[in-house]
Amino acid sequence: MLARPKLGLCHDYWFAADPMISIKALAGALAFIAHRLAQALLVMLAILIIAFAVRSALGDPLREIVGEAVPEVERETLRHKLGLDRPWPVQLASYLSGAVHGDLGTSLIYKRPTLQVILAKFPASFELVLGASLIVLLLSLPIGIYCAVRPRAIGARLILGLSVLGISVPVFLTGIFLITIFSVWLGWLPAFGRGQTVQLGFWETSLLTLDGLKHLVLPALTLSSIMLPLFIRLVRGAMLDELGHDYVRTARAKGARPLRVWLRHALRNALIPLVSVGGLQVGTLVAYTLLTETVFQWPGMGFLFLEAVTRSDIPLITTYLVAVGFLFVFVNTLVDIASLMLDPRISLEGTR
Amino acid sequence: MKGEAAPYAARGVLGFAIENSGACLAAILLGAIALAAALAPLIAPYNPFDLSSLDVLDAELPPWWREGSDPRFLLGTDAQGRDLLSAILYGTRISLTVGVLAVAIQAAIGVPLGLLAGYRGGGIDSLVTRFADIQLSLSTLMMAIIALALFRAGLGGDALSHYAVPLLVVVIGLAEWPYFARTARASTQVEATKDYVRAGRALGGSSFGIVWRHILPNILSPLIVVATTQVAGAVMAEAALSFLGLGMPVTKPSLGTLIRSGYDLIFAGAWWVTVIPGLVLIVLLVSVNVLGDALRDALDPRLKGR
Repeated sequence: MLARPKLGLCHDYWFAADPMISIKALAGALAFIAHRLAQALLVMLAILIIAFAVRSALGDPLREIVGEAVPEVERETLRHKLGLDRPWPVQLASYLSGAVHGDLGTSLIYKRPTLQVILAKFPASFELVLGASLIVLLLSLPIGIYCAVRPRAIGARLILGLSVLGISVPVFLTGIFLITIFSVWLGWLPAFGRGQTVQLGFWETSLLTLDGLKHLVLPALTLSSIMLPLFIRLVRGAMLDELGHDYVRTARAKGARPLRVWLRHALRNALIPLVSVGGLQVGTLVAYTLLTETVFQWPGMGFLFLEAVTRSDIPLITTYLVAVGFLFVFVNTLVDIASLMLDPRISLEGTR
Repeated sequence: MKGEAAPYAARGVLGFAIENSGACLAAILLGAIALAAALAPLIAPYNPFDLSSLDVLDAELPPWWREGSDPRFLLGTDAQGRDLLSAILYGTRISLTVGVLAVAIQAAIGVPLGLLAGYRGGGIDSLVTRFADIQLSLSTLMMAIIALALFRAGLGGDALSHYAVPLLVVVIGLAEWPYFARTARASTQVEATKDYVRAGRALGGSSFGIVWRHILPNILSPLIVVATTQVAGAVMAEAALSFLGLGMPVTKPSLGTLIRSGYDLIFAGAWWVTVIPGLVLIVLLVSVNVLGDALRDALDPRLKGR
């Protein structure tokens, strides 16, 4: 799952004019996607087994159900009744079959199914990441392109210098500084929580009220601050690589305007490595989101996880691990398939 | 590489210093911070671990430039009346210790694996590379958070604070060995084709002897560059973990713990308790990163500005 996908299996056919060979290319792409999906399922299985192991090692499932106050004799009968004295492969099988049906245990703190508890917090984390990603995308693309096409300009050098600073400042300190300045000293923006939210079915959003949006500004800025310098450097590096290619010179020579060459020609190719590197950053993004949520007491999944850790809610902790693992596998699979689609050398429809 | 170093030698030390003023400033700052941290027991005005010396009446005093400060506490005090200057000196000491030890573990795992993979090639090489790729894609910080969170949830907060230093060192150390392995592997592959290695082999030297005594000394410079940036990463990871309450306990605070414990006081107006250790941490990290970048540029000028 983790090595770069071998796109070669389609490469050989990209120049094909014969429709039969285009069908072969399509079949190749489908086989690749099927292969990646199978891998993803295997990794999910491994994550579930690890979660089961952690749960068996650290937690007592009986406590989830009856609490501490039941005498030992009664515990034994209950244990037998619930099948907790059966050999571990049997228990693992029942854990896995539960997982397939969406049952990963009951939270000790909330007394509700853990998956339900965690999914309820998902919109908060998602909107935070969405806000930060928008900031990163809107800023890193133009700035990165500028630094690549004008590498010797003072502005470009200044930006690169500042990006070292940006990479060096831990995300939680950015948050603390922003709170100190904009909440405590200036009093412009709220420092914690999501503010007023609106319920859209199961999705609790803070994007539809002014108060909610105000609450989102500082956390999203904080989270973007750590990704921004990284992405500016990535965009710049990928663009520099592309601008050195012959096709850029050809495009310029035939009279295409610079902006068109940069955006239509170079950027499109530069995006391919960007997407795959972006996919590898999921784990880091989850960690940074957790830190940001802690600073701003943002009621998301990371904040919930730390609460579960402090109060030793083992089922909730393992469910969080499964959820993060799922996210990781999901995004990486998606990224691999997306790079297949983005690569202009591969034509899935058989038309070039 | 020699050819690149020559112009500096001609212009002398001063010319070099002017050319790399940023790196020199970073080196001086880093040296000062490291020295202050090393000498903390000698130069700190108070012992921040001695809880009996604390007086709640001294709590939340501001630093010297603000009204209501106390000349006994240059940078003010925290919520328990602990001298902030002393706490920062000792905290930097702990942060740097954890960072350097963690990087030592990374190097101890990564360098031998990289040498082995680079020199032997074949199946061992692809195995090491595969493991390195997997490890890197898992994100250090997330793995460290999960490991320490499980330890804390399983054995309780007291056990965590008791074993905090070795745990942090091992967790951060285990997570990032691939950076050393990759660099060692790539450099070894280049060195292994050179004449001195072939000569060594022709003279009947053992593989171990050739790798250890001839190749390793020749690939030290890129490894030192990796070590520099890795120290910054390790210090940052430690600070993040301590900030989350998964690292150093309040009784033995690192810079991250100080930032965490002072955080609530921002809203009470005592921002310095968290902002000053934060600034120290940033200066430390920026110095290490700038120095690492400068070292890399000096060793491989082609990479300049990347």
